[in-house]
Parts: sequence; structure tokens; C-alpha cells
Amino acid sequence: MNTSTSTFVRTEMLPEQSPPLTEAGAVKWVRENLFSSVLNGILTVLGVAVVAYIIVGIAPWLSRSVWNAGSLSECRQIIAATWGEGVTGACWAVIRERWPQYLFGFYPSHLYWRPVLAFALLVVAVAPVLFDKLPRKMLWFSLVYPAVGFWLLWGGSVWVPVTALAGFAIGYAAAKLIQPVAGTILATIAAVLAPVLWWLFLAGPVADALHSIMPIALQGVRSREFGGFVLAFTIGFTGIAFSLPLGVMLALGRQSDMFIVNKLSVGFIEFIRGVPLITLLFTASLLLNYFLPPGTDFDIILRVIIMVVLFAAAYIAEVVRGGLAALPRGQYEAADALGLDYWKAQRLIIMPQALKISIPGIVSTFIGLFKDTTLVVFVGLLDPLKGITDAVRASTDWKGIYWEPYIFVGAIFFLFCFGMSRYSMYLESKLKTDHR
Amino acid sequence: MAVVTEEPKAGFRLGMLIYDTRYRSITIQIVVLMLVMLGAAWLIDNLLRNLDALGRGISFGFLWNRAGYDINQTLVEYTNDSSHARATLVGLLNTLLIAVLGCIAATVVGVIAGVLRLSKNWVIARLMTIYVEIFRNIPLLLWILMIYTVFTEALPAPNAFRGDTPAASMVLFDTVAFTNRYTAIPWLIFDRSLGWLPLGPLWLNLDLALILAALVGGFLINRTILRRATRIQEATGLRPTTWWQSLLALFGPIIVVFLALGTHLDSPSLQGFNFTGGLQVSNSLVALWLALTLYTAAFIAEIVRAGINAISRGQSEAAFALGLRPGRTMNLIILPQALRVIIPPLISQYLNLTKNSSLAIAVGYMDLRGTLGGITLNQTGRGLEAMMLLMLIYLIISLLISSAMNVYNNSVKLKER
Repeated sequence: MNTSTSTFVRTEMLPEQSPPLTEAGAVKWVRENLFSSVLNGILTVLGVAVVAYIIVGIAPWLSRSVWNAGSLSECRQIIAATWGEGVTGACWAVIRERWPQYLFGFYPSHLYWRPVLAFALLVVAVAPVLFDKLPRKMLWFSLVYPAVGFWLLWGGSVWVPVTALAGFAIGYAAAKLIQPVAGTILATIAAVLAPVLWWLFLAGPVADALHSIMPIALQGVRSREFGGFVLAFTIGFTGIAFSLPLGVMLALGRQSDMFIVNKLSVGFIEFIRGVPLITLLFTASLLLNYFLPPGTDFDIILRVIIMVVLFAAAYIAEVVRGGLAALPRGQYEAADALGLDYWKAQRLIIMPQALKISIPGIVSTFIGLFKDTTLVVFVGLLDPLKGITDAVRASTDWKGIYWEPYIFVGAIFFLFCFGMSRYSMYLESKLKTDHR
Repeated sequence: MAVVTEEPKAGFRLGMLIYDTRYRSITIQIVVLMLVMLGAAWLIDNLLRNLDALGRGISFGFLWNRAGYDINQTLVEYTNDSSHARATLVGLLNTLLIAVLGCIAATVVGVIAGVLRLSKNWVIARLMTIYVEIFRNIPLLLWILMIYTVFTEALPAPNAFRGDTPAASMVLFDTVAFTNRYTAIPWLIFDRSLGWLPLGPLWLNLDLALILAALVGGFLINRTILRRATRIQEATGLRPTTWWQSLLALFGPIIVVFLALGTHLDSPSLQGFNFTGGLQVSNSLVALWLALTLYTAAFIAEIVRAGINAISRGQSEAAFALGLRPGRTMNLIILPQALRVIIPPLISQYLNLTKNSSLAIAVGYMDLRGTLGGITLNQTGRGLEAMMLLMLIYLIISLLISSAMNVYNNSVKLKER
């Protein structure tokens, strides 16, 4: 080695120098992310200007918020007294004053505990469906919840939801009884037929009889008294819960080889997707009586829910069909090769994968459904956005208030819809099995 | 020699309808069909009995009766003496007008927002994310009502523009005035207008027809030029310069038509308490249009972003490796592939926009639902017929749009072997 003789070779490393100022820290970040080119620079300045313009426009109004006042004129007096004449401010007092109305509509005020309890139980019922870390036993409550929720919200005799639930038990019992005697297929037919016959002919009289023996009842609440977010959640969650299974069935029908089933599904889906929801809601409120036996009176919320379910189901069917089409043919063939029958193949092989692919589409359909609950105002129900807000504005106290109710209702809707979309992202990443 | 054994001939048993896979699907279908027909028969029976009880049948004769109500925005000639059918037509045209305007604007805004959301610019990308999330997660009805309220409550009245020091001023070089009653915009005036050509119940605006013909003609000529250039390129390897020919073909005819018609812009100006000249667009149209545009554009932005993201990076890297410049990479490699992903959901957004335009009822814009499904329905009491007709018209519009989508899908489908 001749390192000692060669004078030009450095023997120790130079100390690390800090990078030039323009290539480090905040300066570098700004250069790369905000001013990487002339166009980007212009865009950045424009963007900041827009944000600044909006903030300058809204911030003073927001900063002059009044939370305690009995009417709009009182609000304005307080603003004038506090911040001087001629300035404008936000009057959130309307939300504070009319809070019960926004939540419950014209639900009888001494019964507010019922929707609140129903909502709390809803959270309990939905939690095990959403998060699989929770004990599976809780799913039994989720299954019973629709009857509990119905009873809490509408009241009436407890035996109506109980006999309705009993239908499912009867179907299960019929299937269990007939299966050993007459085989699976007859058992399936019995499992469908027995509850239908029960609901059509026996459930009503049995409920009446039980009620006369043991009268347990809550005070009944009519559908017209529903309103605000109770209404939106009732329609939204019922719609979500029922449209998914129906949509999956429609998608399977559309994918089916059976000519008649296929054409019926296609016809139904295309019809529903081709008309606006408003026309369907109008049909529900105006025309449904034409198609029912004379003298039938049908609950308006139930009608609306049926229409919303049909509407969302058609969209979900299309989303699920996309998922089914995206599955490789090999999956279907492998299921056949294993000797699985149609329903087993669907349940064990096809649907878990197809539904996983369709999660984003399904959740955005749900979000759409929840947003569309505001349209029920056009059939005379009091939705929180327009129905309740118009009712609030109709009073002399709050005549002329515009922005605060809209901002409040919009914020609530945003919270729930954004939450749903975040949950779908969580679900997607949890179910992701490919390692790309 | 093979022994031909007679196959045991099993007699047909009733159980085979269910247990034999050859017959099962037919059994199921027949059962389903019977159930559906039973259901339909029940509904129709109820309908007939109800109509009997009301003492009337189904008749569309009301369409030819005098409508008797005014419509604030009419694209074709209409008075309150016109028939209900005419009112329906006015409503349909208004629906189509808002749908077309909305689709065009939503595409422009949506594509820009989608591309900007992918930008490396931190501020712009965040802003676009906020825009998309806010508009996607709040009901459209709220946007329509809110924007309409901005127009009716926050904007100045037309007479606020008066005086030496007016409280309000026009924007865009004094050509556009936003007031709380209408928006006044400049409009084209034809000095040598060709007038109207009577064509059955409709009148054809000859000026408009001529302009459209010039546009389409220019487009077709341009396509021929480009095809010829491609042919020459394939034969010789050299592409002739075509940009000036294209410009001439696209803009020449339309400029000639405008000059021949003696076109000039007529700006609105204040006369007394109101604006005259130009075009006064009702605020319900403008608010509805803005709300539909911003709402749908948020969805389109997501579609565009997903479409561009769907093209793997390898594609653009391969294009750069081939020596293509960024512009050509975009035009020849990325866009053709991304469009295949983008167009189908884009068209279903157009469909959604068209259907959502029925929310016009919230701001009093007289669209199809406002005329046929609103006042006509209420005046004649023919709910069933009006609703059926309304649904049928919407259904036809939807089917037309989705069949256009199918044609496109088939034309860009990957030709797999």
C-alpha cells in the first residue's frame, strides 16, 4: 500500500455538509410542491387567493355568531349591540331554539325518548355488522332490531312486531320439520310459503287476540308526525338494510341463464334506473291507491320506503353485476368442479369476492340513498333540509333566516355521508387480499 | 361389433320437474312467470275497479285541451291558450336545455377538477379534494336551494345598478349583470336573420340550423383532412402539415355564416329600472344550472381521476422510451386507454344529471315535471295518465343516452382473441 506516499489522497472523510438552503426543509418543500413551474406558481397563487377570498368573506360573519336569542330580530339587535350597527352575523340561535324540531319533526315531545332509544339501539345493532371484532352473538340483536325499532318509533301494540317476527320462526320450523320427510326443495318451498300465509291470514288476528289477553302497548305515533332527522334516518337506514339483499337478487337474476328471469330483472332494473326518484315518489304518494284494493290506506312513510328500496336496489344490482362480471370465469368453473350447487357456489365462492369488488359502488349508492331522503319533502313529508326549514321560516320569529339552517343541515349530512365513504375505504383495505 | 344397448327409458315422473336439472330451470321460470302475471293481474284488476268506482277510464284526450297557464321560460311559441301537449313540449325542451347546458359545463369543470386533483401542486390538489368531498357528500337539493337563495337574497335588485354611484355594478367588462330577478347576459343578434320555417307543430329556426350545419360541416371536412394526412403518412412515412387546414375547416364555415347573417353581440344595458337588450335568463335556470354543474362535476372529477390512475405507469414510461413527447404520449397512449375507463361512468353521470334536473321543482323552473307532472296534472286531475307519460318520456331519454353508451362501448372494446 502506498497511501502514505500519495499526498493527494484524502485519508479521512469530509464532514457532512448541510444541503444548500434551497434544497432543504420548508424551502425545498415549497419549491417542489408549490412553485415547481410557472404554471404551478400561478395556480398556487390563484388557489391561495380563492381561499383567502372565501375566508375574508365568511370569517367575520361566522365570528359574530349569536347562540342565545328568541327570534331573528332579537338576534340582529344583539349583533348590533355587540359589534355595532350595520354588520351582519350568524344567528345560530335558530338551531338552538328549533333543535327538537330539526331532530324529531312534530313527533310528540313527551315521547322524544323513544326515537333516541331507537337510535341508541340502532348503533348497538349496526356495530357488529360493521366491525367484526365485536362478539358475533350481538348479530342476533341486529336481526331482531327492525321489529324493536319499528315498535319504538311507531308505537302501538307490542304484538304486531312480535307476530311479524314469529313469521320467520315459523318458516324456520316448517323447513326443519319437512326436511327429513320430504327433502330440501319441498322444505325450502315450505319455508317461504308458511311465513307468507302466516303474515297474510293469521298474524293480524293472533296479534289482536294476544293484545286482548295481555295488552302491552306504547302510545301510537302517526307517520305524518315524523320529521327532521328521525325521518331521514328511518328512511335511510331501512332503505339501506333492504335494498342490498334485493339488489343482489336482482343482479343474480340479471346474470341468470333463465330467459324469463333474466328479462324480468333487466326490465325492472332499466325501468327504475330510467326514471327520476321524484316521479317514483309521486307515484307512491298519488297513484299507489289506484293499484291497491279499494279502501286500502297505506302508510305514507312505508310507501316512500318501498320506492326508495326499489330505486336503490336497481342501482345496487348494476354495481353487483359489475362485480360479478369482473370475477374471472375460473372461479365459477372451480365452484362447479367442486360440485357445489348454485346457491352454495354463490354463497361460498362467488358473492364474497363479487361483493368485495363492489364495495365502493355499493357504499356510494347508499350515500346517494341517504342524500335522496331529502326528496321526500316533495310528497309532503317534513325532511330536515326543506320541510323543517320551511316550517321554521313560516313562523314570524324566524322569517327571513336562510343560511344557518342550510349550513347546519348540510354539515350533518356531510358528517354521515363522509363517514360512510371513509368506512368503505377501511373495509376495502381490510378485505384486500392481493399483495400488489 | 358394438352391442347397442337400449337405454333404460325412464318414465316421466312429476318429481323430475324439480329434481332433474334438465327441467328444473323451466319449472322455476314458469312458476316465476305465473307469480309475476298473478301480481300484475291483481294490480290491474284493482286499477280497473278503482277507476270504475271513480267513474272514469284512462284517456289521454286531456292533452289537447287548453292549458290555461303561463310558463315563464319557453323555447318554442307558447301562450296560455295552447294545449297541454304544447305545455308538455315546452317542459320537455326546458328539461333538455338544462340537461345539455349542465352536461357541457359539468364535463368542463369536472375534467379540470379531476386533473388538478392529481396535480403535484399541494394547495391545488387539497383544494380540489375539499371541493369534491363537500359537493359529493351533501344533498343536491341543498345546493340548489342555497345557490337559488344566494341569487334571490344576496344579489342587488336591477335598480341598484342606477345612478352615478350605483350600489352594484356589472361584471365581465360591463356585459353581464347579476340581479335578484334575472341574470342579464349579452346575446347574438342577427341583422339579416332568416326567420322561422314552419314545420308542423314545431318551428325551425333557420339561423340556428345554419349555424349547426356549418359546425357539423366544418367538423366533417376536418375529419377528411386528417384521414388523408394519416393515409399519406402510412404510405410515405411523412405527415403533411395540416394545422392551418384544420383551423380553416373548423372555423371558416362558421365565421362565414356569422358574417352572412350580420351577427353582432347585444349587451344588456340599463333603461330606467330594468335592463334591456341581451338576454335575461331567469335565476331559477341559472341557479339550477350552477348547482347541477357543480354537483355533477364533483362526481366527474372522481371518474376522471380514477380513469387516469387506472393507466399503469408502465404505459407512459414505455411511451417515453419510444421517444414520444409528453403531448403525444397523452394523446396517443394515455387518453385512448383512460377514455375507455372514463366514458361509461361519465355517460351515466349525464343520465343522473338529466334525472336530477327534475329537482327544478324546488326553484320553480318549469321543466317537464313542472308542466306535465305539475300544473297539468293538478288542473286535469289525470294523475295516472300524466305520470305514465312523464315516466315514459324520461325512460325514452334514458334509453337513448344509454344506447349511445353501448354503441361507444362496442366501438372501443378491446378486441380480444
